Amino acid sequence: MIEVNNLHKGFSGVEILKGITTSFQPGETSLIIGQSGSGKTVFLKSLIGLHAPEKGSIIYDGRVNTEMTIEDKRHFRQELGMVFQGSALFDSLTVEENVMFPLKMFTKQPVDEMLDRVNFVLKRVNLENSNKKFPAELSGGMQKRVAIARAIVMNPKYLFCDEPNSGLDPQTSIVIDNLIQEITDEYKITTVINTHDMNSVMEIGDKIVFLKNGVKAWEGSHKEIFKTDNEAVVNFVYSSNLFKKVRQAYLNDV
Amino acid sequence: MNYVEHIGKYFVMLKQVFTKPQRARVFREALFREIDELGLKSLGIIAFISFFIGGVIALQTALNLESPFIPKSLIGFAAKRSIILEFAPTFCSIILAGKVGSYITSSIGTMRVTEQIDALEVMGINSLNYLVLPKIIATVFFYPFLVVLGMFLGIFGGWVAGVLSGLFSGIDFITGVQMDFDPFLLTYAIIKTLVFAFLIATVPSYHGYYVKGGSLEVGKASTQSVVWTIVVIVIANYFLTQMLLT
Ligand SMILES: Nc1ncnc2c1ncn2[C@@H]1O[C@H](COP(=O)(O)OP(=O)(O)OP(=O)(O)O)[C@@H](O)[C@H]1O
Ligand SMILES: [Mg+2]
Repeated sequence: MIEVNNLHKGFSGVEILKGITTSFQPGETSLIIGQSGSGKTVFLKSLIGLHAPEKGSIIYDGRVNTEMTIEDKRHFRQELGMVFQGSALFDSLTVEENVMFPLKMFTKQPVDEMLDRVNFVLKRVNLENSNKKFPAELSGGMQKRVAIARAIVMNPKYLFCDEPNSGLDPQTSIVIDNLIQEITDEYKITTVINTHDMNSVMEIGDKIVFLKNGVKAWEGSHKEIFKTDNEAVVNFVYSSNLFKKVRQAYLNDV
Repeated sequence: MNYVEHIGKYFVMLKQVFTKPQRARVFREALFREIDELGLKSLGIIAFISFFIGGVIALQTALNLESPFIPKSLIGFAAKRSIILEFAPTFCSIILAGKVGSYITSSIGTMRVTEQIDALEVMGINSLNYLVLPKIIATVFFYPFLVVLGMFLGIFGGWVAGVLSGLFSGIDFITGVQMDFDPFLLTYAIIKTLVFAFLIATVPSYHGYYVKGGSLEVGKASTQSVVWTIVVIVIANYFLTQMLLT
């Protein structure tokens, strides 16, 4: 479980996150939504420790971020997987080497054991027969899948994804969403995803946190998001006519 | 940021670079990759340039020493000294700064702007140590060999130039090259090379690692880094010469 208490983060005097309090449960897929520039990426990067918060605390299963030593932090980071907005695969390494990298760095397994594990996770993300290719030779969707494979190869307790389906076609998008949700459920991972994708919002969010101007404006599940009459959420999520109709249909149904 | 801040940040960076690699196996792999990328792939250009510049140095020396009172062997002697003292260590380093420096800055800079460095950090890896230390070790160990090769080929180029132009004979040139050999000159050249090699690995790494923005900024940083590496080499050359030879 990750508990976030009154998190503040700014850059050169401009406050971006203005006191966010929320929590994320293991085995649940939590989504962060909000307008471009609302601070989603800053929030996620604060969660993984790439940004140091100015105020507030983040507690990872009892471990308080402000009290962790460098050694604790290094250890903690081996427990987390992160999928960056642009995949961030290592250009100079093949798919196989990319996924194997954390294993090489942090385990003492023999190479064939590592290869087994790599092939297992690559199969898990439906990406076989591309082991020897370089990232530049893959499509965006394939790169995303490699990034997910790399993020889960160490069996993380926490998984973070920054817009895992931006730039993907709707079908691949759904495949990736389902994949993340399945893995989360299967391995009881605490998963936090930034997304702009309203399909994901309506399909997979066990918990949805809506950020607006650096504060949490709403939170609830993907079922509740149909029923809420929080104006900001409704305006944001149901800005398109199609989604307005979807919502109406849902409300008529229940 | 002003110069003092940059210099401070550069040394703070070095402090993080010089830590124990987290995994010997991974470090070794990175090291071999860098020796190939930064060293072996520069052999050709260094060989080519050394040979021709050596020839030009010998010709210039011959043309400037045209007097019946000066023995022809002095040409070989003078050419050898300029090649060993300045040409091979300094000139080759400047060429390497251009070739290798821009490569280092653009590769590390690209990793920065595409969040590959963040990815390393998030995995719990000391990215500076992982990216920069193998480069330093590779250049510091390999460039002395490159420079010694440059010396041999430069002198050989001088000999060929003499034989082809007829300005001096091959025998005279070799006599001059063998004349009054002072091993300290070689030590001096190697010391300089080690310092330059360190600069060629670290100054461009600094420029790449702290780049902000996108690919445009990476391009600008590469140019900047080559300029700065050369400036720092030239300054270091001046002080090293003063310290070691006077
Ligand atoms: N390293 C940084 N330095 C200064 N300002 C930053 C930095 N990172 C983000 N910001 C600012 O913080 C604000 C929030 O940015 P953030 O990237 O979190 O938005 P976002 O919600 O992820 O947007 P998008 O949906 O477009 O990715 C922006 O105004 C941005 O300019
Ligand atoms: Mg973002």
